[in-house]
Amino acid sequence: MTDLLEIRNLKIGATSYPPGEPPREVTLVHGLSLTLAKGRVMGLIGESGAGKSTIGLAAMAYGRGGAQITGGEVLLNGIDILQSGPAGLRALRGKRVTYVAQSAAAAFNPSRRLMHQVIETTLAAGVPLAEAEARAVALFRKLGLPNPETIGRRYPHQVSGGQLQRVMTAMALCPGPELVVFDEPTTALDVTTQIDVLAAIKEAIRDTGVAALYITHDLAVVAQVADEIMVLRNGRMVECGETSQIIHSPREAYTSDLVSVRQKDHPAKPPGTTALLSIRGVTARYPGVPVDVLKGITLDLAPGQTLAVVGESGSGKSTLARAITGLLPPSQGEIFFDGRALPPKLAGRSPDDLRELQMIYQMADTAMNPRQTVGTIIGRPLQFYFGLRGAEKRKRILELLEEIELGAGFADRYPAELSGGQKQRVCIARALAAKPRLILCDEVTSALDPLVADGILKLLLDLQREEGVAYLFITHDLATVRAIADQIAVMYRGKVVRSGPKAEVLAPPFDDYTDLLLSSAPEMRQGWLEEVIAHRKMAAGGN
Amino acid sequence: MTRIPISALLGLLFTAAFFLAAILAPWLSPYGMAEVVGDVWEPMSPTHWLGTDSIGRDLLSRMIWGGRVTIFVAVCATLIAFLTGVVLGFLAAVAGGWVDQALSRLVDLMMSIPALIFALVILSVMPTTLPILIMVMGLIESTRVFRLSRAVAIDIEVMDYVEAARLRGEGNLWIITREILPNALSPLVAEAGLRFIFMVLFISTLSFLGLGVQPPLADWGGIVKENKDGIVYGIPAALLPAVAIATLAISVNLVADWILNRTSSLKGGRG
Amino acid sequence: MNAGSLLGLVAQRIALGLVLLLAASALIFAGTQILPGDVAQSILGQSATPQALANLRAELGLDQPALTRYFSWLAGALQGDLGNALSNGQDIATSMSHRLGNTLFLAGTAAIIAVPLALILGLVSVRYQGRWPDKVISGVTLATVSVPEFMLGYIAMFLLAVQFQVFPSVSTIYDGMSLGEQLQAIALPALVMVLVVLGHMMRMTRAAILNVMQSAYIETAELKGLRRFTIISRHALPNAIAPIVNVVMLNLAYLVVGVVVVEVVFVYPGMGQYLVDHVSKRDVPVVQACGLVFAAVYIGMNMIADIVALLANPRLRHPK
Repeated sequence: MTDLLEIRNLKIGATSYPPGEPPREVTLVHGLSLTLAKGRVMGLIGESGAGKSTIGLAAMAYGRGGAQITGGEVLLNGIDILQSGPAGLRALRGKRVTYVAQSAAAAFNPSRRLMHQVIETTLAAGVPLAEAEARAVALFRKLGLPNPETIGRRYPHQVSGGQLQRVMTAMALCPGPELVVFDEPTTALDVTTQIDVLAAIKEAIRDTGVAALYITHDLAVVAQVADEIMVLRNGRMVECGETSQIIHSPREAYTSDLVSVRQKDHPAKPPGTTALLSIRGVTARYPGVPVDVLKGITLDLAPGQTLAVVGESGSGKSTLARAITGLLPPSQGEIFFDGRALPPKLAGRSPDDLRELQMIYQMADTAMNPRQTVGTIIGRPLQFYFGLRGAEKRKRILELLEEIELGAGFADRYPAELSGGQKQRVCIARALAAKPRLILCDEVTSALDPLVADGILKLLLDLQREEGVAYLFITHDLATVRAIADQIAVMYRGKVVRSGPKAEVLAPPFDDYTDLLLSSAPEMRQGWLEEVIAHRKMAAGGN
Repeated sequence: MTRIPISALLGLLFTAAFFLAAILAPWLSPYGMAEVVGDVWEPMSPTHWLGTDSIGRDLLSRMIWGGRVTIFVAVCATLIAFLTGVVLGFLAAVAGGWVDQALSRLVDLMMSIPALIFALVILSVMPTTLPILIMVMGLIESTRVFRLSRAVAIDIEVMDYVEAARLRGEGNLWIITREILPNALSPLVAEAGLRFIFMVLFISTLSFLGLGVQPPLADWGGIVKENKDGIVYGIPAALLPAVAIATLAISVNLVADWILNRTSSLKGGRG
Repeated sequence: MNAGSLLGLVAQRIALGLVLLLAASALIFAGTQILPGDVAQSILGQSATPQALANLRAELGLDQPALTRYFSWLAGALQGDLGNALSNGQDIATSMSHRLGNTLFLAGTAAIIAVPLALILGLVSVRYQGRWPDKVISGVTLATVSVPEFMLGYIAMFLLAVQFQVFPSVSTIYDGMSLGEQLQAIALPALVMVLVVLGHMMRMTRAAILNVMQSAYIETAELKGLRRFTIISRHALPNAIAPIVNVVMLNLAYLVVGVVVVEVVFVYPGMGQYLVDHVSKRDVPVVQACGLVFAAVYIGMNMIADIVALLANPRLRHPK
């Protein structure tokens, strides 16, 4: 087997501009080596800051946002592309090595037709227009795009996100490259869209015989498409091996953590007899938009339990949280809390209503005032609800910091000085400070790396055991649901399509949507994708 | 820990010097403001460092006193513009609804007429006294401040931490003073610098046109007007205020740039 | 959305411009009504007898309610009748027309030089971002935007008319001058206006292009191995048109206003000079008329910028 791509001792650095300090040089990639044979697919996997995108772009001799390749060699067919000069790079990029970005919506020029953009480099390579267009149409068809003959005449804003991601794949394959760099191509998509795009990409790779670097943070996704996997952490290789070896018998502890992190199952508590929160026939719409976002939602949550509300973007799950908090008063229906009807508007609620119902957000970054210290952030509810001041307040702040497993030293820090997981912990402490009976958690782990998210889930479960607080846990991720829920409600287009105890909701027989949702969530085994696709084709053929 | 770049340091230094000169004018200026002490347009000399003006007054003294008037008017007008603009801008952002609509449309309307033209229209019927000049300039410029502070406040208003405060039950006063204001301060301070420069240029232009500060008082624009006829004889007296205005403007600009950059790097997040 | 919606939006924008102009006319009229005394008082001075004041008020129609006077003024203005000047009784529309022509000649000349120059300098400083050409351009333009127009005027006059005597220091212009003579006469004021507007326009152009250049689709184009020229012309410019037109229009509007001061400096017989003279004479009808014309130009420019932005938006041009 001949090596198509060989990276030797690659070093990449950048200049960092920390606030209030002089700029300093940081190293993003510390002497990394890899080889990729013709026609093979290598998955690059790691958490944020692992350097996976940086390495992928280095295969095109490109440094994003001031990143600079400071050492090493990148050999393509034995020739170091780092030495090839501007003209050599132009001949390489977009022709021999191509790129598929995470957000195709941003990566397409909004003011040019898709076809122009897809065949741009193919034309530049001297292929006649008619042939280039024919190639593109064939790729559109292969990738399962609707109306492959005419979709090229559309503008980027005229097609959906999942379709755009496929068009971008067609754009990458059109010039007949030797290597394609896929940079998280399905991360921004909903899970039911992701599976089709993933299958289309996999088939296109197989049929064209192109080699690929497939970058993602999701091991289950990469297990479907990659022949081999390299695990990265902080710009260094952790381990590299065949896909089956990485997911079945990882050598490094970090890899086995990554493999097992999404497979936790929390034993569900028995259904409660009383309801802490009762939602009865809630219908709601945003002012000025003549569409109901919530349509007659009815749900119950018992004290000290977790109700996971799961759904894709646009299902109305976050709107449900806004209706419960009083930010979006329902147009119909009622919400009962501890037996009493909650006033629909925030302004009508009593201090106790507000105190007992707290909220934690997806983006801990924007959920904390950057000008307040952690102590101020946690201390405000203590003072506001309980009138604590001075030493008493300080003592309680330190207790809360202990509870969220951060030390007393954090009280005087600002949010900018914390990591993502620490920020989310502070937000949890702020909610706990109010001694709530219910916390609404809106995608609280979605923005975090899997291992960090795992720590947050564990903390939430511990707190529930100690404090008896109930959670309404909104998420799009089924692995998270399994890890935390006692009860589950599946939402689709503003309705609850299925709800009940976890074991019942996750067991057949399913309704169509739940079936689609559950079967679309990637599983950590090879061959899963083919099974699902084959199963669906059969089902479709059977009808 | 925070290091001030050299450009900002120079800016601070010069700005401070101008303000000190304005405050200390009675002690610094060698002659009285209206005192005729020499011939018409005497050249620079040890007794008159910058020479004399069109009727033989000491130019250095007039520059110092003129700077005092210019800076005083500009500071007062900036304060009025900010007091009105920030209060109404934050109010519009936090209250929303018809309050926001009414204020925003009014500001759109006021800004559809160029500031200088609007000022001239009003000054054509108003007596040109200092308080009226300051009010007119301040109110016209408050529209720009309104737009900025409304935009900044709305950006902050949609942040989850403001929503968290609302859910906690905090009132509008807390939200404006504790959540929004501390985060809006940097862009507003930088804007104050830019508005101040604009006010300096504004009052100078009005005075130059003869519609601003009236004799016997004089500001830098007025000094240009008095000495402009000298230009054609090659007498540079009228250019001195130009140097003063440009130096002040650039200095304040440098400071404002630095403040803005500091803010944007704070937003930079992970670094 | 359908194809009609873009036209609809444009029509809406034009209607908004007209409404704004109407409101601006009311504001200009109101602005001259807020004084403690009135026009008659300011013409005759503090020592005027009540009888003389009353006579003059009746003559000027000041005894009518403000609203009546506004509507009759507006009706006149719509028919091109802007009334007579108080100071010399001349018809304002007539005196203004050739001055407006002079002003547009001066502003137009400045614009023809400044717009391409600003765009080129903006592109150059983007091309050499952070390197010396960018720094030099930024430094010089920071200096020019920090100096008021009349200062630039006198500096230019001092250097070019007095020290080196390249151009005349006073821009006299009259009928019968050849175009060459006219251009020679307005060289200095045009130069000053170019300097005034160049800095703003170049800085805003630079920012607008940089903003586009930071888009993800420009990275895509770079990763396609396209030439820098192709990237800029095919991928950056089509998306930069709207912001650049916006910059140009904002600055042209600014130019028309900046002309007021420059005309006074060079004693140029245009609208600005006319306005300033009559503000000092407290000749309210002339001031109102000039204010209306300036506001109309300003609102018109902003309207054009908005319409171009609408037309350049692919989402609106090619609806789903």
